[in-house]
Amino acid sequence: MTTVTLFGLCGAILVGLGLYSTLIHPQPLRKLIGFNLLGSGIFLIFGVIARRGAWSGVGGDPVPQALVITGIVVAFAGTALAAGLLLRLFEETGTATLESPRAVDPASDRSEP
Amino acid sequence: MTLTAALETALAVLVLGAATWAVVARAAFAATVGFVSYGLLLALVWVQLAAIDVALTEVAIGSGLTGVLLLSVSARLSVTEAATSAGPGLALRLLAALGCAAISAALAVAILTLPDPTPSLAPEVMAALPATGVGNPVTGVLMAFRGFDTLLEKIVLVLALIGVWSLAPDRYWGGRPTSLYMRPRDSVLPFFARTLPPLGVLLGLHLMWVGADAPGGAFPGGTVLAATWLIVMMASLRHTPAIGSSWLRLGIISGPAVFLVVGAAGLLVAGAFLAYPVDYAKPLIILIEVPMLLTIALVLGLLVAGPPDSAEGGS
Repeated sequence: MTTVTLFGLCGAILVGLGLYSTLIHPQPLRKLIGFNLLGSGIFLIFGVIARRGAWSGVGGDPVPQALVITGIVVAFAGTALAAGLLLRLFEETGTATLESPRAVDPASDRSEP
Repeated sequence: MTLTAALETALAVLVLGAATWAVVARAAFAATVGFVSYGLLLALVWVQLAAIDVALTEVAIGSGLTGVLLLSVSARLSVTEAATSAGPGLALRLLAALGCAAISAALAVAILTLPDPTPSLAPEVMAALPATGVGNPVTGVLMAFRGFDTLLEKIVLVLALIGVWSLAPDRYWGGRPTSLYMRPRDSVLPFFARTLPPLGVLLGLHLMWVGADAPGGAFPGGTVLAATWLIVMMASLRHTPAIGSSWLRLGIISGPAVFLVVGAAGLLVAGAFLAYPVDYAKPLIILIEVPMLLTIALVLGLLVAGPPDSAEGGS
C-alpha cells in the first residue's frame, strides 16, 4: 500500500471515529474532542489529495495545504468558543450535560386549580 | 515491506490507536491526554505527506493550544463527571457505530478511486510564485493567491474572541480573565516562565520570517509567541490584560485592519481587491504579516485565557 493510500484510509477511519464520539458521548467535552478528531480526519484526506498532486519541485499541491492551515486555525477558534460556552453552562447550572432538565409531569399541571 | 512502509504502517496504527483511546477512554481527562498525543503523532503523518507547514501548524495549534484548552476545561469539569448519565443504550450505540462505519467506508472507496493523475494547482502556483517574491509556495497561496481566505480567517479569529468575551457576566465586562493563574509554589513553572520567553520570542519571530522561503509562517510563529505569553501568565509573573484596554483591542484588530487597507489599496493601484503591484508584492506581504503575527499571538492567547472573570483592571 502506498503512503497516500495508507494515510487516506487512516483519514477515512478518523472521520468515522470522530463522528461516533460526537454522537454517543453525553458530555459536551467528549463531543468537542470528537469534533476535533472528525475535523483532523477531513484535513488528512485533504493532505492526501495534496500529496497526490505533487509536482516537480514541490512535495504536494500547496493550495489544499494552505486550506488545511486555515482550517486548523478556524477549528481552534470554534473549539475555544465551544469551551467557553461549556464553562458558562457549568457556572450557571452546576452541570455539564446537554440533557434537558426532566420535563414537568403534565399530570401535576392539571392538578393545579 | 521496506523500512519506510513498515514505519508508516506503525505510525498509522499509533495514530488510530490514540484516536480510539480519545473516544473510548472512561475519564474525560484521560481522553484529552489521548487527544494531545494523537495530535503530535498526526504531525508526523503530515511530515510523511511532505507538508511541513501543516505539520508545524498541527503541532502548535491542533495539538498544543487545543490541548491546553481542553485539559483546563476537563480539569474544571471533573467534578461533574460522576453525575453524568451513561449515555445511550447498546442498541443505539451499535446503530451509531454502523452509521459511522458506513461513512468511513464511503470515504475509503472515494480515496481508493481518486482520479489518476490527480488534478493539481501546483504548476500554476509554481509558475506565478516568482511574481510574489516569496519562495515558499504555501506562504504564497496564503498571503497572495488565496489572500481572501486568510483575511476572512483573521476576522473569524476576532469574532471567536468577541464570542468568548461576550460569555462574561456584565459585572466583569472590561476586566481580566484570571482562570489561567496557577500561583504555583514549589514548581518549575516560574523558572520556565523566566527562562523560556527570550527563546520563545526568538523562535516565533524566526518562524514567521523564514516562512517566506521555508516551512514556517505567521501561524506557527504567532502560536509560539502566544504559548510563551501564556506560560508567563500561568506562572503569575504578569497579569492577563484587561479586555477593556484600547491598546489590546487595537493590537487585536491590527492584523485584519492592515490587510483590509492593503487590499483596498490594491483596488486603486493594481486593479483588483487584494492584488499587489508586481514590484512591491514582497514588501506588502511583510507589511501584512507583521500585524497579522501580533493579531494571531494575541487572539490565540486570549482564546485560551477565556472570558474575563474579575472586575480588576476594568474601567
